[in-house]
Amino acid sequence: MLRADLAIIAATVPPGARALDVGCGDGALMAELRAKGCDARGIEINAGDVTAALARGLSVIQGDADTDLADYPDASFDYAILSQTLQTTRRPDLVIDQLLRIGARAFVSFPNFAHWRIRFALMYGGQMPVTKQLPSRWYDTPNIHHVTIDDFRSFIAMRHIKIEQQWFLSGDRMTTSAGANLFAEHAVFLLSR
Amino acid sequence: MLSLSKHGLRELSFDRLRTTERPRTVVASYHCARQSPRAMEDRFGLNRTVTLPGPLALDGGGTLAPVELAYESYGALNADASNAILICHALTGDQHVASAHPITGKAGWWSRLVGPGKPIDTDRFCVIAVNAIGGCMGSSGPETLAADGHPYAMRFPVVTISDVARSQAMLLDHLGIVRLHAVVGGSMGGMQALSWAAHFPDRVAAALIIASTAKHSAQNIAFHEVGRQAIMADPNWRGGDYYGDGQNPGISPDAGLAVARMAAHITYLSEQGLTEKFGRRLQARPENPDGAKTFGFDADFQVESYLRHQGLSFTDRFDANSYLYITRAIDYFDLAEEFGGHLAHAFKQTKTRFCIVSFDTDWLYPTAESKSIAQALNAAGAAVSFVELTSPYGHDAFLLDTPGFDAVVSGFLCATC
Repeated sequence: MLRADLAIIAATVPPGARALDVGCGDGALMAELRAKGCDARGIEINAGDVTAALARGLSVIQGDADTDLADYPDASFDYAILSQTLQTTRRPDLVIDQLLRIGARAFVSFPNFAHWRIRFALMYGGQMPVTKQLPSRWYDTPNIHHVTIDDFRSFIAMRHIKIEQQWFLSGDRMTTSAGANLFAEHAVFLLSR
Repeated sequence: MLSLSKHGLRELSFDRLRTTERPRTVVASYHCARQSPRAMEDRFGLNRTVTLPGPLALDGGGTLAPVELAYESYGALNADASNAILICHALTGDQHVASAHPITGKAGWWSRLVGPGKPIDTDRFCVIAVNAIGGCMGSSGPETLAADGHPYAMRFPVVTISDVARSQAMLLDHLGIVRLHAVVGGSMGGMQALSWAAHFPDRVAAALIIASTAKHSAQNIAFHEVGRQAIMADPNWRGGDYYGDGQNPGISPDAGLAVARMAAHITYLSEQGLTEKFGRRLQARPENPDGAKTFGFDADFQVESYLRHQGLSFTDRFDANSYLYITRAIDYFDLAEEFGGHLAHAFKQTKTRFCIVSFDTDWLYPTAESKSIAQALNAAGAAVSFVELTSPYGHDAFLLDTPGFDAVVSGFLCATC
């Protein structure tokens, strides 16, 4: 069973497409894309995840999204995918530039830090929230650039990047675009230049 | 590993090295083997040799003819000859990947990995392994008799890694294998796998390159040169002409070869591995199981004793001249140089799948070198995987049971099964 954001991506990428999954983990999405006849490649920083993906026969490079995307030629993929990884990169802006250089289109999914549950936790608890979407504590979290849906929208507008499609998730359910910044736990954007 | 304490120190002393003579009977028997036209099945199995007419054009400008190749196969070739995996061996390896070594009697050097139900599954694949030309286990090399009936010795042409790959391609032609399911190699074997993928892209569906590099570094050339000079400084080397003849058995330069092996062996290990295995512990003695400093130059430390044993036992199974030729082939390896200075050009339009594996404590071929191969393949748009595995054992990790390694190997080889 694919994570909800990955299921959206898997359903949207057409069969036969070339896709690069940046931060591919153990290759769950890539395996799904391969089953659809896509040429799926991955990058993952964690050696254990890379090993697990290679054991499934997937093409994965152990590497760092912040530094290693530069090695890929321009427009070498139909889709570059960054799922739940944006907030862990040192320079999310540069990573998005790279995604749109390498891929004709880019999927970006991330947990929304402005979800009402997080807002309440911070407002009433006064401490950095620990939720199902963001389970780590402040000192051991890999998430170093917390971002909200509205932050991301304004960033995209500023950079003149086009939003082709967008999905907002509360748990496994879709929620509306209008209330997304408050009610969506998770966002998936399909971007292009 | 450390069963050395059972050896007396005298046995490990270098005095013995100067008087030992390498038993050559088993190797010599290969030279007697001449192929007549054989049935298909005779071409497959253990301990095969074939003499191909050649000529094999060499990078150095000359040719080699005939070309003798000693090889083994494991598992059955399927009807459309699509399940062959070529395993390329490292500097001191040979074709006995998963069968007992004819001289030492030890299990094949990759028998941990190759066999029925193992990560390189011989129930599924037909594994082929060939002794590299220049070597001493039956393929053409300095020990081989030249047309004049005497061993080539230093008259043997200097060969390159790509020459080795081309000789293997000749063997595959002979075996009726047009396209390999995969070519697999560690260390120098990885260089051959890279050369295969670059020179025969249509003949290689997948290439697995382990603990290797696309070019031999200055530091590594330097270590090889130390080894070669040790061999050449041995008075028994005699310009490479030490094989003797029918009447007089030659005396091989074992002391030099042993020192060469000792120096090289250090590069295969890691400081962490050496510290874990030996630390500064002293060698046990009959009168003192904890050992004691002798205030002399015996092998006081366990690590000395271990290295001396490695050097000594190596001379039983390896030819000093072959050591010169094979290390030279490795020194000359710079795949980018063969393709206009850009490694990515070696893999233009390649359809081959690649998997590059490095080990974090390998300082002979460090991860950065594997990564630069992966980068070049990426730039060429190749389907490439790369992983750095964790092991305390340095370069030798590719021969050992390293966590994750088996799963990576079997996953990569069976991706399209």
